[in-house]
Amino acid sequence: MMIFGIPIQAFMGQLLIGLINGSFYALLSLGLAVIFGLLRVINFAHGAQYMLGAFAALLLAMYGGVSYWIALVLAPVFVGLAAAVVERTMLSRLYKLDHLYGMLFTFGLALVIEGTFRYFFGASGKPYPAPSALTGATNLGFMVLPNYRAWVIVASLTVCLATWALIERTRLGAYLRAATENPTLVQAFGINVPLLLTLTYALGAGLAAFAGVLAAPVYQVSPLMGSNIIIVVFAVVVVGGMGSIMGAIVTGYLLGIAEGLTKVFYPEASNIVIFVIMAIVLILRPAGLFGKDV
Amino acid sequence: MAHATTPAAGPDAPAIAVHPQAGRIRAGILLALLALSLVAPMVVYPIFLMKLLCFALFAAAFNLLLGYTGLLSFGHAAFFGGSAYFTAHAAKVWGLTPEFAILTGVAGASLLGLVIGLIALRRQGIYFTMITLALAQMFYFFCLQARFTHGEDGIQSVPRGYLFGLIDLSHTATMYYFVLAVFLIGMIVIWRFVNSPFGMILKSIRENENRAISLGYSVTQYKLGAFVMSAALAGLAGGVKALVFQFATLTDVSWQMSGEVVLMTLLGGIGTLLGPAFGAGLVVTLQNYLATSNFPVTIITGMVFMVCVLVFRRGLAGEFYASRLGRRLGFNPEN
Repeated sequence: MMIFGIPIQAFMGQLLIGLINGSFYALLSLGLAVIFGLLRVINFAHGAQYMLGAFAALLLAMYGGVSYWIALVLAPVFVGLAAAVVERTMLSRLYKLDHLYGMLFTFGLALVIEGTFRYFFGASGKPYPAPSALTGATNLGFMVLPNYRAWVIVASLTVCLATWALIERTRLGAYLRAATENPTLVQAFGINVPLLLTLTYALGAGLAAFAGVLAAPVYQVSPLMGSNIIIVVFAVVVVGGMGSIMGAIVTGYLLGIAEGLTKVFYPEASNIVIFVIMAIVLILRPAGLFGKDV
Repeated sequence: MAHATTPAAGPDAPAIAVHPQAGRIRAGILLALLALSLVAPMVVYPIFLMKLLCFALFAAAFNLLLGYTGLLSFGHAAFFGGSAYFTAHAAKVWGLTPEFAILTGVAGASLLGLVIGLIALRRQGIYFTMITLALAQMFYFFCLQARFTHGEDGIQSVPRGYLFGLIDLSHTATMYYFVLAVFLIGMIVIWRFVNSPFGMILKSIRENENRAISLGYSVTQYKLGAFVMSAALAGLAGGVKALVFQFATLTDVSWQMSGEVVLMTLLGGIGTLLGPAFGAGLVVTLQNYLATSNFPVTIITGMVFMVCVLVFRRGLAGEFYASRLGRRLGFNPEN
């Protein structure tokens, strides 16, 4: 069977890879949008926190014999705690300054984390096995779907929607959104805004770490995995606009799929297609697909 | 980015009378620096000095945008490294003389600056920064795949050639004075630019963009002008670097390079004329020193970044200008 002159297996295979990449773009741009929404900081260390999540899973398995499922919970908690400490001790001093300083600080943080892991573990990737429950593949008739990849898509969608619900549908989320609009007034109502800021940064970093654990069996665990993906995620965020949580999620999946399809039709451009889409969106619709602010 | 350029002497600082001979002393310091740069190659390894001058010019060009216009570009490696590629290609494949090879690089960097600037200036603030980073990364992938850049190998053994067809630049000493001359010309251009009416308008945009708009200035065009100017000067630095080292590689177009120039400027002092050059000197020296140890440079770079942002936002020059001595001598960010 052929589709647009391409064998359907190849087409579906690339579409699946696109959807997997899109799952990570969505999780990461969601975390960036959550942090930016309240802290007004572009978290350059997001890629490093994603890498930390993957390494946490790897090290827990190597030295503690901790299983994948427990690592999926523990790694985000560890990374979230570390992020909370960084926010309390250092990042919180920068909120009153221009937003660019927050970005420069987290850039430095990312360099330190990445450099440290490179120093101790080298630049090469290390394999992390998928859990035994999810090895193997299912034959869907038109293609063979590896079970772990199906799980990545399901897990990413679930966590994205849960985060959206947390922010848009719960009381805590209402505080968060209110603090985004007017922190002084929210504080006057007796809500601990600095604590809210710390929790938000920890939540965003935890989301990145969760994505990292999910990614560990798909890609190799390497100190450079974060910096390779973060710049693409920035482009995703520019296209989606950070004004809307749902916008960040939808754009993440869409651009992942666009990247996968480019691999089918014009492989040479697959590295740059997201940047090209970003440039076109900026020319046609400067505020981004879902954004309000320019 | 109003906070970036903390005034050297804040309103709370006690008034210090400027020394009556301050102007002469400042000129004397500049002359001493110039004399030092003339004799330096006899004491220090000249290739290292040339590298230092190239990065000093690069940082000063970057600062034109960050310090005087308030725009943080995270994609300046595209202009620096792109120009290195263009220059190397022009000198090696087309066989142009060095001055025309460098001009080719500068023209390419300006064109690239125009395109990236036009797209990135559609958004403001933090988005502008992310867009420049993304577009520069796109250019990196282009350089990785394009045929003329030779991918991972880069363009190697680029001839330095004969300046104006007469002066042989393959002698290290001759090359050094050529690089020094280019650096000085670049710095004079920046100084003239910053103190021109155009530069005044840029500073007014930095301080209060809305007021500049209400006064009838087409702010975006001025920003674009500054962006292209900064890209061209970064290209000048990159082109010269390609001739000094006789190669052009992917390192110079990578995002790490964009980050390095931000660090040099931050460390030296955002919005000061000479600060970024000193910042560049410090960073290059540090890298050179660490290159021999097996301790990774990125950790140090990252830590310096964090410390600078947290407690040292004025940078070296900014702190000096704000100090008793600096104010006594009448230093300010524009001279």
